[in-house]
Amino acid sequence: MPAPTQNEIRILTPSGMLGYGFPIDHFKRGLALEPHAITIDSGSTDSGPQKLGLGEMTCSREAYLKDLEVLLGAQHDARVPLLISSAGGDGSNLHVDAFRDMIAEIAGRRGWRFRLATIHADIDKDHICRELKAGRVEPLGPVPPLDPREVEAATVVVAQMGAEPFIKALDEDRGLDVIVGGRAYDPAPTAAMAIRAGFDPALAWHMGKIMECGALCAEPVGYSIMGYLRRDHFEIEPLNPAERCTTASVAAHTLYEKSHPFLLAGPGGTLDLSNCTYEQVSERRVRVSGSRFDPGPRYTVKLEGARTAGWRSIFIAGARDPIFIGQIDSILDKTIAATRTYFAEVPPETYRIIPHVYGKNGVMGDLEPVKTPAHELCLIVEVAAATQKLATAICGKLRTGLMHAPYPGRIATAGNLASPFTPLEIPLGQACAFNVYHLMTVDSPTALFPIRYEEVA
Amino acid sequence: MTAVPTPLRDIAKVVRSKNAGPFEITLDIIFKSKEDYEAVKRSGVITKELVSELYNVPTQAIVTFGFFDLVNAVKITLPRPRVQGGIGETDMHAAQQHVPLQEIRIPWPVACSS
Repeated sequence: MPAPTQNEIRILTPSGMLGYGFPIDHFKRGLALEPHAITIDSGSTDSGPQKLGLGEMTCSREAYLKDLEVLLGAQHDARVPLLISSAGGDGSNLHVDAFRDMIAEIAGRRGWRFRLATIHADIDKDHICRELKAGRVEPLGPVPPLDPREVEAATVVVAQMGAEPFIKALDEDRGLDVIVGGRAYDPAPTAAMAIRAGFDPALAWHMGKIMECGALCAEPVGYSIMGYLRRDHFEIEPLNPAERCTTASVAAHTLYEKSHPFLLAGPGGTLDLSNCTYEQVSERRVRVSGSRFDPGPRYTVKLEGARTAGWRSIFIAGARDPIFIGQIDSILDKTIAATRTYFAEVPPETYRIIPHVYGKNGVMGDLEPVKTPAHELCLIVEVAAATQKLATAICGKLRTGLMHAPYPGRIATAGNLASPFTPLEIPLGQACAFNVYHLMTVDSPTALFPIRYEEVA
Repeated sequence: MTAVPTPLRDIAKVVRSKNAGPFEITLDIIFKSKEDYEAVKRSGVITKELVSELYNVPTQAIVTFGFFDLVNAVKITLPRPRVQGGIGETDMHAAQQHVPLQEIRIPWPVACSS
């Protein structure tokens, strides 16, 4: 590792998620501090498997265009490298290419010119199956072992790249303005800039880990954040003057959405924060030191994939009658049983009926500690079947069955449900399911992530 | 001073739940001060066994459970009851699964009026 040739590297992250928008004046305040790079993540599995399963993006194209135009404008004016990770949410090739097209569209419209690198992260399924056979694919956490049939069933499988592909791109094309990365470990763009400049990888990963969420580590939480990485520490400060980083807010940030508070596993190793020191250097700025990085015995990347899992329809209905509400479980059971009998020709294992009873246990299900239902209920009944038509047909039979279901003590004989919307049965399209979430050992941190260079104008 | 059973929601600064990836749910209890954190830790009320009972998860399946002094926080990570976002999902982000923790009663000192 060469010693850093500069005393400090400054990174500006305008927001924790590209596409959510961010305050322009905070971003401009960051630009005035002369950052060496703008980094921004676009990825998350948090809003569901439909992105990987159906090729959907987290945000609308319009939302991405709006954020990208601001970022590209800053890049154009200040010539600061712009590094984007996990394009579109899942970071699939489809969405890397969609981002590339959006950048070209903006460049064309505004008369801007960019040296652009795109890094793909879709992984060949045959390659995964070969590695699986060779014992180099293992579950990540409480996940079943990978079945090759699931790899085949997945719409697409991506791998989470580390910092190396970003570093490679920056090394191979010294005039690079913009990198659009496919699926990447969220801190990778920030870590790549710092590691490439010769700074301590542990500090680089830790600073990236905090910054990838924007100013979520501030009090109150905000959007834009500035990081200053030096030889033996880094400092972090939100760009909104109304927010501040405190030792408590920065230390506690690594709890958020993480399995363990101090041990953060990523591509190529584990960040260990158990001996970190957090100092308040000014009212709004915190200094962090003592981060450690353990490269581990092998370099692994996380594979992510999702498959389609049938078609869904729902109905939504209210219930207000206390005599009905008092017997809701048995009424639902009987109606579902009658519906299943009616659809006797459909193999029972090929469809599912799942009532969500809000006002009783709609949010927590069996874990709900409160056993007494509320004075009114919202029923959302979910049906998943092999086709949309069948799901809607089963859903309709259930709804009418429930509407007119007899029950002991019934005196409201005209109908049991208050239906707010048409269509009464709502088709939801295809359901998806995460089915690949595994670690794969790789020989090279860059070989699976091909880089393409071009000029867009 | 006398100790009164007090729900955690009246003691902690943060009690929250969230996905930690599609297969895990993570729960954080963060305290206002080192003193509060230490007092709750000392009370011995929050245990793996209690979490196992509240979330219907065998103790050996608990991914992370611990009092973490550096951040004055308890962190608990559990296997998700179902894989995130599939058929039958009730909480895509697992953002509302913290309530059983809020209701944990800790013997807590209150000033006597007499």
